[in-house]
Amino acid sequence: MTELLAEQRPAAAGVHPQGAGAKQADGARQADGGSRARAVVLEGLGKRFGGGAPVLEDVNATVHQGEFVALLGASGCGKSTLLNIISGLDVPTSGALEVPVDGAAFMFQDSSLFPWLSARGNVELALKLRGVGRVERRARAAELLDLVNLGHSADKRPHELSGGMRQRVALARSLAQDRPLLLMDEPFAALDAITRDLLHNELERVWQETGRTIIFVTHNVREAVRLGQRVLLLSSRPGRVVAEWQVSEEHRTNAGAAGELTADITARLREEIRRHA
Amino acid sequence: MPETVTSPLLKSGNAEEMRSLEAGLDSLQSESVEKTGIDWSRLLLPLVALVVLLLAWQFYVSLGLRRRDQVPGPLDVLGSLGTLWHEGTAQEAIWTSLQRGFVGFAISIVVATPIGLLLSQVRVLRRAFGPLISGLQVLPSVAWVPAAIIWFGLTDATVYFVMFMGAIPSIINGLISGVDQIPPQYRRVGQILGASRWEMAVNVVLPAALPGYVGGLKQGWAFAWRSLMAAEIIAVGGTLGFGLGSLLEQGRQLADMGMVMSAILAILFVGIAVELLVFAPVEKRLLRGRGLLVGSTR
Repeated sequence: MTELLAEQRPAAAGVHPQGAGAKQADGARQADGGSRARAVVLEGLGKRFGGGAPVLEDVNATVHQGEFVALLGASGCGKSTLLNIISGLDVPTSGALEVPVDGAAFMFQDSSLFPWLSARGNVELALKLRGVGRVERRARAAELLDLVNLGHSADKRPHELSGGMRQRVALARSLAQDRPLLLMDEPFAALDAITRDLLHNELERVWQETGRTIIFVTHNVREAVRLGQRVLLLSSRPGRVVAEWQVSEEHRTNAGAAGELTADITARLREEIRRHA
Repeated sequence: MPETVTSPLLKSGNAEEMRSLEAGLDSLQSESVEKTGIDWSRLLLPLVALVVLLLAWQFYVSLGLRRRDQVPGPLDVLGSLGTLWHEGTAQEAIWTSLQRGFVGFAISIVVATPIGLLLSQVRVLRRAFGPLISGLQVLPSVAWVPAAIIWFGLTDATVYFVMFMGAIPSIINGLISGVDQIPPQYRRVGQILGASRWEMAVNVVLPAALPGYVGGLKQGWAFAWRSLMAAEIIAVGGTLGFGLGSLLEQGRQLADMGMVMSAILAILFVGIAVELLVFAPVEKRLLRGRGLLVGSTR
């Protein structure tokens, strides 16, 4: 476990160009972060609503291009607020942040699909709002639905799909936005265990195939270890990044290593929660 | 958390296994119940209800508590309806009223829709005019008949004006409440997807508000039809055509109860027919498409 040091803040401001080929091999994830382009930089970020206590305070983090970062925290740590700020839906009250110019794609806990559109229609709408032409839209939507193994259900309405299928459509839709950065707000929290395991595999595959930068918010330690290359722990009230772990391929295939890391992170998370007792 | 926190999640299975597992889950979890064929109870039950009501009516009349010319039985009414039909009076009245109803309703839609959209999107306008529009909906549109006669005389303009005052506020209100009931998450998604204000209105707000809007249209039609009848009953003569309301008024003047009942039944019948042939299918399709009919009694 490495505590995040304030000195790791990046020196440069200004938005980095978003290259296309951010895809990377699994083994290279521990390479030092400084050499890769940074996708998101948060510097001393703070947020308070009205005159209340701060929700976020002095949040410092850097996410590199093509990286899969799991953001872990108990309830009330401002995870969702942080994602809103990164996506531009909300503004911080203090600090600075550096995000891709063209914004971020977003995936929510509920699929948030439009019930009057079919699966295909939902994906096509994202493409349409991006300015993709009608013919290309159709082909691209079919491609994206195939990517999440839903080609066979393209014409179904959301209410005809299971929760897992809806989340896959939502994933296809967020990929249709074609933003290099994908923010996910507990997207699998409401799913049953079998479906969730499956979607972990699916998301990992999609991430490797598309080379997106992903920030994945969760309160589930096992999920964080299963998916993230790095796990950031956010404290509660106010939210702040208090610890960080590197996750290697071994942690996903070796039960011993995975269990150890999971226990380690869980202990630290519980310690954070206990502070509020 | 039901799972034990320390038992980790591991990668398992190859891509092909995962794919087939997923396909299996998909077919297990998604239901495909598409009912086909005609549901006869939908047709038979209302008919049975109608027959029961007619029998009760006939039974009451046959008790002989009232004079027959004051309370005619179903067969008497059928007889005078037959006479009116034979003379061509019934067709003329129905046609005149229907035509007016549709023209007036169509114009109401065209006027009310942009106003409703504008009010639902612009806070200042909504706050300024919202109470007035709600108030207009409460005000019976018959109240406008005397004013309309003074302004427009006994012309079609009088009838249309009264209809507009009935239908337009209720369509506006339906649209506004449809927009109000849109889950905030939809707009948030629209924003995330990068929709401009106009794109948001066309691609998110309007389709999301459609069920409420159709509800408003339905109510608007009911108000338009009622207002039309009221106007036709009160304003007779001049260049006004002969509608169902005029037929009703003529029956009263002639003290012809058969004619009065025939007119009432014709008005009711037109109302039911429009509901069954126009609104019900549209509404049903709309709700079913969004998965909102499951478990309802429709």
